[in-house]
Amino acid sequence: MEKNHRAIETFERLWLLFVLGMLVFFLVVITGMLRTHGGTVPERAERIDATKVRTEGNFANPRVVFEGGRYIAYVQAFAYGYLPAEITVKKGLPVTFYVTSPDVQHGFYVENTNINIQVIPGQVAQVTYTFKRPGVYRIICNEYCGLGHQNMFGKIRVED
Amino acid sequence: MVVQSITSTAREAYRNEPEKKVTLYLLVLGFIALLLGTLFGPLQAFNYGGIDLYPFLKPLLKSYYQGLTLHGVLNAIVFTQLFAQALLLYLPAKALGLRPNMTLSWLSWWMAFIGLGTAAIPLFGNQATVLYTFYPPLQGHWAFYVGAAVFVLSSWVTAFTVLGMWLRWKRANPGKVTPLVAYMSVVTWMMWLLASLGLVVEVAVFLIPWSLGLIKGVDPQLTRTLFWFTGHPIVYFWLMPAYVIAYGLMPKQAGGKLFSDPLARLAFLMLLLFSTPVGFHHQFADPGVETNWKFVHTVLTMMVAVPSLLTAFTLAASLENAGRARGGKGLLGWITKLPWDNPSVTAMLLGLISFIPGGAGGLVNASFSLNQVVHNTAWIPGHFHLQVATMVTMAAMGASFWLLPHLTGKPLLGRSYALASVWLWFIGMNLMAFALHWMGLLGVPRRTPIAQLRGEYDGALPFMALNAVSGVILLVAAIFFFYVFFATLLQSKLLPASQVPEVPFAGAVSGPEHNRVAETTERLGLWFVVAIVLVVIAYGVPLVEMFSNINPVPGQKLW
Ligand code: HEM
Ligand SMILES: [Cu+2]
Ligand SMILES: [Cu+2]
Repeated sequence: MEKNHRAIETFERLWLLFVLGMLVFFLVVITGMLRTHGGTVPERAERIDATKVRTEGNFANPRVVFEGGRYIAYVQAFAYGYLPAEITVKKGLPVTFYVTSPDVQHGFYVENTNINIQVIPGQVAQVTYTFKRPGVYRIICNEYCGLGHQNMFGKIRVED
Repeated sequence: MVVQSITSTAREAYRNEPEKKVTLYLLVLGFIALLLGTLFGPLQAFNYGGIDLYPFLKPLLKSYYQGLTLHGVLNAIVFTQLFAQALLLYLPAKALGLRPNMTLSWLSWWMAFIGLGTAAIPLFGNQATVLYTFYPPLQGHWAFYVGAAVFVLSSWVTAFTVLGMWLRWKRANPGKVTPLVAYMSVVTWMMWLLASLGLVVEVAVFLIPWSLGLIKGVDPQLTRTLFWFTGHPIVYFWLMPAYVIAYGLMPKQAGGKLFSDPLARLAFLMLLLFSTPVGFHHQFADPGVETNWKFVHTVLTMMVAVPSLLTAFTLAASLENAGRARGGKGLLGWITKLPWDNPSVTAMLLGLISFIPGGAGGLVNASFSLNQVVHNTAWIPGHFHLQVATMVTMAAMGASFWLLPHLTGKPLLGRSYALASVWLWFIGMNLMAFALHWMGLLGVPRRTPIAQLRGEYDGALPFMALNAVSGVILLVAAIFFFYVFFATLLQSKLLPASQVPEVPFAGAVSGPEHNRVAETTERLGLWFVVAIVLVVIAYGVPLVEMFSNINPVPGQKLW
């Protein structure tokens, strides 16, 4: 019994070492990923008055502009849709999305990409992404936003 | 005549041990919440299987979202809290050999009951279809927030009752190490007192005045942050009662001993320290939280995985001890020798098994960069059904199989149904979780009645079929379980006093006596201060920034 117990205690130390090593390894990988793929982590571009989103500033005129070799998209996520309803960009060029909401929280999840934003009224979210493959990407709302939530889709057309 | 003698013996038992009665009331109220909440589960599983049954429920239920709100609130907030209040009041009382303050104990039950009743009116009336996260600016009826606040504050009353009892014990036993189960219970309540602050501030300072029209708007980013301040540690508040059972009782039920008592204390202490300063891992996708702070919470989240991984080791070692004591031989022979015919042990074992993939998925969610892939997809409910709906709920189901007889003196009815219910629950949940994880990776969103759409998610069809199957299995599992529970509770037969099950407190292979870890972890006042310091480090700067830039948004009712 006593011998058994010692053996288990040794295993326990080894297990703890393994656990700590594994977690440190994960943290290293995460840090690396953030450096190479950090562009899709949502950050705040600015705070905004949610009640004026529809009437003033860039989001009153949701659009995609092309300047200096990159796209800038000003997107409104509203109950229940996105404006512009369809975004068209060329593949291989960086696209910076600014997204906000005039009403409640929404999701801005672009299928088959790492773009996944919690859209929060009062906050303008910013992410940058370069589409590598042409095609049609759906934007899906993945946060409950009211009775029409399941119908809330948008579209990004990526051209060759 | 017979009936009369039965009720008088029951009354006598409650006169001698009044804490049994209040525990029973907390427990039964909790399982009634679980019964109601679970009703919606199979409907949701069918929805993710492409089958929409909601049109048939129109007179009772206005929408998928109303059902989902009830499902989340009743299961994840009401049932879990009441189970913690029942178990972590009763077990420390027995472990310390003391009586909890009965006035406070009953006050906590009444607060829970009244809070629940108050919140139930708008919930059932479709006036608070805001889901269990109630993110502003969606604005529910004030009665929902008031009821929720009273309900949550009832847990503070239980916390103070248990802390008071413990302090009485400490005064009477200076220099002694608290018995393990009492120690774990006290740590859980301390953790929860600190962790629930976020939710209490959110509701009391912002949501109640807002829903009453006293303030025009609230800041959704700030209230979200306060919500997740509590929202992560709340999962430990669900989990820790299950850990108390797994460490403190299961080894005995399985026929062995806990491998290491000090290691159990260490795990709980780490949960006290690291449960709270990690909430931003639910907000990786939020624009209003800076990336650096998200990263700080990522590191701390990895720390909070350590106690669970330690638990996996200690429990496996304890179970091996039990299996070998029962004659198990060879590398894995001890597993088959465990008492698989006992539904209570089986429930806990199956729950623990499910916790392995659940924990692995949790590490994925915690990995900042990977979280982008799964945030708010069906992956997320897939993940937490392994944790809360399997591990925690099965621990509670398993506990009820001895606790209900223990508290009422009535025999467990339908033992084979009990055994079948836990196996079916385990199979159904793992199947559903598997399917939901895959659907999430395929981009299917959570919280979405996809069965109302036409072909939008056809890529996930094979997994949708699994969901539908799991819905049926879980429905049968739930019917079996609640049959056992209520048939046991409502019968009039009583066990002879000698056959009423005792609380199965487990001994330990290495105990706490003269152990440095046990003595260090005992200094809970000091450790509580450390926990507060960690919270201030992780949350101080971002919260001050948010509070000094409040950006109010008016409420919306979009359901
Ligand atoms: C018969 C058993 C159950 C089934 C079939 C089931 C099924 C489901 C499904 C499919 C979802 C996803 C719904 C969606 O995202 O639209 C869900 C959500 C959820 N379930 Fe369950 N569930 C069951 C039991 C439980 C239990 C026992 C708990 C907790 C103790 C629980 C807690 C939750 C929570 C917190 C949510 C999230 C609600 C939200 O997103 O607002 N479930 N359930
Ligand atoms: Cu939505
Ligand atoms: Cu969490």
